[in-house]
Amino acid sequence: MSVAPLRLVSRRTVELTIDGQSVRAPEGATILQAAQSVGIATPTLCYLETLTPVNACRVCVVEVEGSRVLVPACARKVEPNMVVHTNSARVRHSRRMVLELLASSVDLSYAPAEVQGYLAEYGAQPERYGQPAAAPDRDHAHAGHHTPVADGYAATVAQPVKVDNDLYVRDYARCILCYKCVEACGVDAQNTFAIAVAGRGFEARISTEFNHILPDSACVYCGNCIGVCPTGALMFKSEHDMRAAGAWDESRQTRTDTICPYCGVGCTLQLHVQDNRIVKVTSPQDNDVTSGHLCVKGRFGWQFVQNRGDGRGGGVAAP
Amino acid sequence: MDLRLIPDAEPSDAERAALDALLGAPETAWEGALVAHPDEGVFGAGGREAREQRHLLLPALHAVRDAVGYISEGGLNYICRRLSVPPAEAYGVASFYALFALEPQPPVVAHVCDDIACRVRGAAGLCSALETRLGPAGNPALGGAATWVTSPCLGMCERAPAVLLQRAGAADVALPDADADAVVAALSGRVASANGARLHGSASAPQTREPEQHDLRLLRRVGRVDPESLDAYRASGGYEALRQAFALGPAGVIREISDARLLGRGGAAFPAARKMEDVARAPVRPHYLICNADESEPGTFKDRVIMEEDPFALVEAMTIAGYAAGCEQGFLYIRGEYPLALARLQHAIAQARARGFLGRDIMGTGYDFDIEIRKGAGAYICGEETALFSSIEGLRGEPRSKPPFPTQAGLFRRPTLVNNVETLVNMPWIVLHGGPAYAATGTAGSSGTKLFCLSGHVARPGIYEAPFGTTLRELLTLAGGVAGGRPIRAVLLGGAAGGFVTADELDVPLTFEGTRAIGASLGSAVVMVFDDTVDMADIVLRIAAFFRDESCGQCVPCRVGTVRQEEALRRLAHGSPLGSVASDLALIDELALVMRDASICGLGQTAASAVQSAIAKLGLFQDGQGA
Amino acid sequence: MVILWGSNARETHPIFFLHVLKALRNGARLYVIDPRRTSSAQWADRWLGLDVGSDIALANAIGREIIAAGLANEEFISRATTDFEAYKACVEPYTLEYAERETGVPAEAIRELAHAYARADRAQLCWTLGITEHHNAVDNVLALINLSLLTGHVGRYGSGLNPLRGQNNVQGGGDMGAIPNKLPGGNDVEDDAARRPFEEAWGVKIPPKRGMHLSQMFHAMETGDLNALYVIGENPAQSEADMEKALRLLSGLECLVVQDMFLTKTAELATVVLPATAAWCESEGTVTSSERRVQRCRKALDPPEGARDDIEILCELARLLGRNWGEPTAEQVWDELRSLSDWHRGMSYPRLEALHGLHWPCPSEDHPGSPLLHDRLWQDPVGGRPAPFSVVEHDPPVDKLTDEFPIRLTTGRRLESFNTGVQTGGFRSPLHRSESLDIHPSDGARWNVADGEVVRIVSRRGAIEAPVRYDPTLRPGLTFMTFHFQDEIATNILTIDATDPKSGTAEFKAAAIRVEKLPGPADIAAGGLGD
Repeated sequence: MSVAPLRLVSRRTVELTIDGQSVRAPEGATILQAAQSVGIATPTLCYLETLTPVNACRVCVVEVEGSRVLVPACARKVEPNMVVHTNSARVRHSRRMVLELLASSVDLSYAPAEVQGYLAEYGAQPERYGQPAAAPDRDHAHAGHHTPVADGYAATVAQPVKVDNDLYVRDYARCILCYKCVEACGVDAQNTFAIAVAGRGFEARISTEFNHILPDSACVYCGNCIGVCPTGALMFKSEHDMRAAGAWDESRQTRTDTICPYCGVGCTLQLHVQDNRIVKVTSPQDNDVTSGHLCVKGRFGWQFVQNRGDGRGGGVAAP
Repeated sequence: MDLRLIPDAEPSDAERAALDALLGAPETAWEGALVAHPDEGVFGAGGREAREQRHLLLPALHAVRDAVGYISEGGLNYICRRLSVPPAEAYGVASFYALFALEPQPPVVAHVCDDIACRVRGAAGLCSALETRLGPAGNPALGGAATWVTSPCLGMCERAPAVLLQRAGAADVALPDADADAVVAALSGRVASANGARLHGSASAPQTREPEQHDLRLLRRVGRVDPESLDAYRASGGYEALRQAFALGPAGVIREISDARLLGRGGAAFPAARKMEDVARAPVRPHYLICNADESEPGTFKDRVIMEEDPFALVEAMTIAGYAAGCEQGFLYIRGEYPLALARLQHAIAQARARGFLGRDIMGTGYDFDIEIRKGAGAYICGEETALFSSIEGLRGEPRSKPPFPTQAGLFRRPTLVNNVETLVNMPWIVLHGGPAYAATGTAGSSGTKLFCLSGHVARPGIYEAPFGTTLRELLTLAGGVAGGRPIRAVLLGGAAGGFVTADELDVPLTFEGTRAIGASLGSAVVMVFDDTVDMADIVLRIAAFFRDESCGQCVPCRVGTVRQEEALRRLAHGSPLGSVASDLALIDELALVMRDASICGLGQTAASAVQSAIAKLGLFQDGQGA
Repeated sequence: MVILWGSNARETHPIFFLHVLKALRNGARLYVIDPRRTSSAQWADRWLGLDVGSDIALANAIGREIIAAGLANEEFISRATTDFEAYKACVEPYTLEYAERETGVPAEAIRELAHAYARADRAQLCWTLGITEHHNAVDNVLALINLSLLTGHVGRYGSGLNPLRGQNNVQGGGDMGAIPNKLPGGNDVEDDAARRPFEEAWGVKIPPKRGMHLSQMFHAMETGDLNALYVIGENPAQSEADMEKALRLLSGLECLVVQDMFLTKTAELATVVLPATAAWCESEGTVTSSERRVQRCRKALDPPEGARDDIEILCELARLLGRNWGEPTAEQVWDELRSLSDWHRGMSYPRLEALHGLHWPCPSEDHPGSPLLHDRLWQDPVGGRPAPFSVVEHDPPVDKLTDEFPIRLTTGRRLESFNTGVQTGGFRSPLHRSESLDIHPSDGARWNVADGEVVRIVSRRGAIEAPVRYDPTLRPGLTFMTFHFQDEIATNILTIDATDPKSGTAEFKAAAIRVEKLPGPADIAAGGLGD
């Protein structure tokens, strides 16, 4: 994860101690930012600089002296004379357990190497909770009621992948419920609110209203949810199909920044190209025009470049 | 905003009428009126004003459900159009609550409590009888006219087993002391009045039915003063405290409460005066007061009895607290399973408003304050104060991180004073008699009297008021001892988020500090007695299932931890651990630690406490046996 | 405060609108002025649904109300502007009542907007083609500029005028001199001093007279004064108003050269087609966004066989015409531009890359660029020439509504499509739906046409058939079409080529039409039996 510079208005600083080091951080900075500034890495899953912290995953928890419970580094602001421990036994225990609990209930196989690294670093053993159980229909679960799994099995969020349009797929068996997609679809960026968290507890899930298919929902296919998904639960159809065909190979991909060919806003597009074909489009999160967000045209409207010559986009004229 | 509603889903006339009754008729076709406004083709107002109606979402969902029995797509669409709420968001909120169905269901639904207090008083038998007569839980019965489902604690533990009837087009009704005949009769449309006898004491507060005069403060009107008469309330000293409060001024009220050393009764025992002062001093306006009446801790029903039997006292107490903390608006958030308490409070607030005790210029003092009731819909988590804010604001009832604390940024991100019902109803006495007089009762660390909720295997279950420091043994004696005189296996103290104590610990003084000393907690003053016939593993499993069902799902330690805890307990109860008993017990300890250390809110942080105490104190599972 | 005037940024500038939404979340108020209750208007605190083409009536009434209420920023006016008295006299007849009559918007709503704008701490006034696709486009813009001068909402952080560019480099194209009266960097071609450095650098004499704009070119084709045309990356055969006329004129040219990445409808008419690369992903270069930010485009893909970079094509053409321009890289071409344009002088490729773009003017390599323009008006004394008020009068659309053509048709874009659909036709979005005549449901009932029914739409220029779509964001008498699907339904057969004399823009936003019901199977059957 890239370390973004602190962008804070206040110039006052706060002095605190992190892992025995004295640290100066701008007033209003989070513990996470303060720790990053002195090179202390903190695992995060639901955190993204461009979104409001929901501190739901709890993998970033740290110990603050005087606090009865651990606190989320991503959201908790620094205070003068705070004494923070990021590597105590309590912290390591909670991080390991959070990772185990997620890995025992969610398919993390598409999660980036960074997340696989956390699992190894903290010694997570998801298998010790039992055999992964097939999940019942989660989309119609009624709050406050559940059916326990058989002894020896561990409940999971497994369910069939949702493919209901040509642009992207939703594979909620991979969803860690980090809320990022809901925030990106909602107040933190797109304000379309096509998806929300529905249900409660372990049956909480990302859903459209009444679990309608995306084409019947408010979705405008900006793909900003995909842009923030940390586990591959939301994916370009192009990537999904290539993965299914065994053709997806990031080692053969280049990434090039350019400017969107449509309206005059000037959004930076990052083109992911494999074998001289665009396979997906993102935007850098640190770009002050887009903050990583695009619209449907920027995200998906590139196919015309590749349709030339195949009869769909008009074709290259003979000289 | 640019809403996209569900295609082709129109509200029925009943849904439209129900929502219009709540919100008023829409003025423009844009908002759903059947006739267009002449200007609406050239002018539209909306924006922030429209979006700020979001806090009406929960009442709107109730209105539609009450009318037709569930939230239909057309009903949800109409709510969304009227309130400018995106359908996915409204669906996310509706599906958060256990009392809202999002698929068609029979017009009458019986929610049958199978939680721990009812469990030891025949709930299992009731459920199996219903299954025999009506079919499996959740299936349509009686020709599709009704169905029954199990429910977590309904807060009627003193009259177990308890049932709540939800009826489309009619008010909900509680059925205490239920048996299968009564439930089937009720589902068939024959509902007897559930009101207890009045003026002869309350069935729910046995002390009030005894001829000898207990020195009751909080229960002094219960069962004796007509809860539906403002005149009767005033004749029994009502509104003298508010008059006194105005004489003292806000700072004077806070000083008395501070001198009284009043601690919060909702479970956290925080000094009431400190919160009040923080809100009073907060520069941001407006200030809000919230009465937390979302009493959902299994085994807790004290607030319900106060609200049912002495509703004006709560209204007066809220006015005093609001005045002291400089609040313009009060909200009373009551759990959805308390139909009688809700009706009595609605009546009391309307009466008080009509007579100048609420609204503008209260009692001619120039102070403006009013109270709005918000009804929960089946979510234990909404008793957590920040989740309660979310619920009132029309969001999912998910807790928020603290800091910021409610006194600085609470409801609508404004300074907010949140107090439990019982905390509030102590305030009139304090204002009238003075803080020092109040502090003379009880102990140094726990002043005043306390309401205890006795249930399970006690001879006379109900609410008891006793000074802090009364021992558990004395309290049990007050309640007639163990029903049937059998030995005590365990007492659950403080509710599902509390812990078990054993027969060896009955001399613990019931104070915040005394219970803490034996590793227990007073919590919400649940005292639930289990005799030696009870399968304690079954009780612990029910508690674990409760937390799994009631976790909001926001944070990983609680969302998945409660699932894994229940799975491990079931394995142990069934004698089929993964690995060994020791390894599953160790796993349970590890889960307990991460839930306590890393959960966002108190639900997750205490989701293992009763389980842990059962294992530690009752020796559950340690011999490889269930109990 | 943000005003969107004739702009549906939610759909046409989605990422810009995310910034507006952020402002709304931070407490800003949004006013939208648009005949349609667009998805942008649905976010607004107030939507003013004026009649198509009554913008000046509304703007002048707002100005008059601001003056009458004593809310004009007199200090700013006296210090930084000229011609206020003439403006004041001009707007005097534009009372709220007059404006209500001319625009349809209730007087009280106009008054509220006037007061809100004048009293706002900071106010942005943004517009798009709803202002400029009119026969009096420039006057429309001047009417809005007047409001900003009246209140001082210009040249300050958070306050300003913001024309939202519809295409990714329409700003850059103009900045590079692809505009009849300018050389690169905003240098006036008719100004000898401005022209001289270019003549010296290029070693040629530049004609000291402005060229033709697009409408004038079509006029010149009609009169026979123009008979050869070189079109680069434009599709006038489908994008021009009064399309049948445009097609006829293009077909009548002696020589038509089209340089494009697609074989467009225009290319199909061409004498010569020069296949080009996709500039944004198959070649290097820069584009300039709506906020004057110059950013780098980069090559990510190899172009298909035969397609060549625009620079390469132009240099090759020069070589064939006898001039050796060498084989410059995009950066070398850019550096030549920098040597001639003060706006761009400080924008080296390394700087553009390191800083994610720079805003012009950026006169030197130590200049940080200029996110804010016109702040000179706030200098004391004012830097440069004070800003003049302009006298502009309301002049309704040319295509009048009559009994024969009683319905107003306006055109615009949809979120997922772009212009004539050449690019956006290529991706399979669930949002795509084909062209329709969008009408208010009550008109459907009145005209006896059902949702989805195909009707004949007739204007004074031609007729087409299209399915009707009920749309409650319209109002009775107002209809809407896009121009994204010209191959299937050529909306521009209906539109009028009445153009603004100053900018050459056609009045795409206001056509008069009538809707005719097609004979249905039942009618045909009945007719058959009757005969």
